[in-house]
Amino acid sequence: MSECLLSLKNLSFGYEHHVIGKNINLDIEAGDFVAIVGSNGSGKSTLIRTILGLLPPLSGKVIFSNQLKPSQIGYLPQETRIDSNFPATVSEIVLSGTLGQLGFKPFYGKKECKRANAAMKTLSIEKIAKKSFSELSGGQKQKVLLARALAATSNLLILDEPSNNLDYDSRHDFYEALTLLNHSHGLTILMITHDLDADDLIGNKVLSLKDGTATIYNTTDYLQHYHPTHEILDHKEAH
Amino acid sequence: MFEIFSYSFMLRALIVGILVSLCAALIGISLVLRKHSMLGDGLSHTAFSAFAIATVFGWTPLWFALPITILISFFILRLGRNRKINGDAAIALLSASALAIGTFAISISKGVNIDLNSYLFGSIMSTSWGDVVGASVLTGIVILLYLFAFHRIFAITFDENFAKSIGIKTGIYDIIFAVICSAVVVLGMRLLGSLLISSLIIFPTLSAMSLAKTFKGATILSVIISVLAFIIGLIISFFIATPTGATVVLVNLAIFLITKLSFFREVW
Repeated sequence: MSECLLSLKNLSFGYEHHVIGKNINLDIEAGDFVAIVGSNGSGKSTLIRTILGLLPPLSGKVIFSNQLKPSQIGYLPQETRIDSNFPATVSEIVLSGTLGQLGFKPFYGKKECKRANAAMKTLSIEKIAKKSFSELSGGQKQKVLLARALAATSNLLILDEPSNNLDYDSRHDFYEALTLLNHSHGLTILMITHDLDADDLIGNKVLSLKDGTATIYNTTDYLQHYHPTHEILDHKEAH
Repeated sequence: MFEIFSYSFMLRALIVGILVSLCAALIGISLVLRKHSMLGDGLSHTAFSAFAIATVFGWTPLWFALPITILISFFILRLGRNRKINGDAAIALLSASALAIGTFAISISKGVNIDLNSYLFGSIMSTSWGDVVGASVLTGIVILLYLFAFHRIFAITFDENFAKSIGIKTGIYDIIFAVICSAVVVLGMRLLGSLLISSLIIFPTLSAMSLAKTFKGATILSVIISVLAFIIGLIISFFIATPTGATVVLVNLAIFLITKLSFFREVW
């Protein structure tokens, strides 16, 4: 059994007068690729905001393993929140991912630049490093934000509906990049997605949020149960 | 032409104006991109009201207006975060109420001679050596902040949630920005006018954004545009005796329109 990277212990989350999830207990193992599914309002985003420390838990705990510092999680928020005319280049954005490792230093050093360049190379966006964010296509923008998340972490990526505004091809391309990060770089990934489309369930596990409780399934079991007509692709079985 | 700065009031106006324009442009880029453009507007009306009340009661306007404006700035930033309140509408109400209170206070106090016109639109004669000292201190703080926290300010401006997730204390920066914005408004208000000072926070940023591709470039360019527009506006307002604030805003408007011409965008 692989090592546990992140555990939720009796976690209740939500906003002050509105409990969304109650007494949730679950473990995320290192190397997992978990799709978080649930209907609108089931608390997917609230759960990850609680894991990221953006929202205090109502009760219970989020426990990180020793190798994971909370400030070194790579987060990709929902794209709609970012101004599409923002004056910033790709490399400025990706570099900002390393700020969590900067400590009290005011400026980026060689180490940070190297990290950012490596992240851009992994996602094959080094050619657009000097381009302005506003000139990019939707798929490129998401890759830039993924590179920023990658620059922030060596362990865990948390993505909030990353494929929302992508067309079929860019979505495919983006998922391919995620699978690569999971397989070859050993990154653990939590990704919020819609479970309406089984093609989005690309990881090895599914975390389903329903009526305030969370259940973890193996993707193959989940598909057989909820999408019986879906042909299970080879790469999922091999996983 | 430079002999006009041999008048000491012109020299004071020049120094205070340049420093305030520089600070306004620096914080402007972050405020505008984070959709806090209305902060300056709400604050300038508050500052007007505080100045009027202080003058009526014979208190030192600067030391009364600054704390009040800072307090209101925290309030406005909180309004923006509250999902239950329509922040936009609340700021509009606040601005109008503050303006009404200020005007009311001035008109019921007989015997106090205040030139309302210069309060609202700015007057070249109004800056004191105290303002020069205040603006210098403020500029020192703002420049140090931008030198040492530039990358963090970028991260927060671009994507606050991500910045928080990697451990940047965004709340502290909110407070710092609110205090700086208050100081810019209070120090620049009498020179540039309480109805117009807030546009100095917005115009240079929008002009710079239509030209620059990088955040660094946009920040530096907005400072250059802001200071240049002030100097041009000040000189014009001296020679044709127009309110300083209105003249500077018109120069800013002209620059903004020029930057919007696609020809200039290509060249840059």
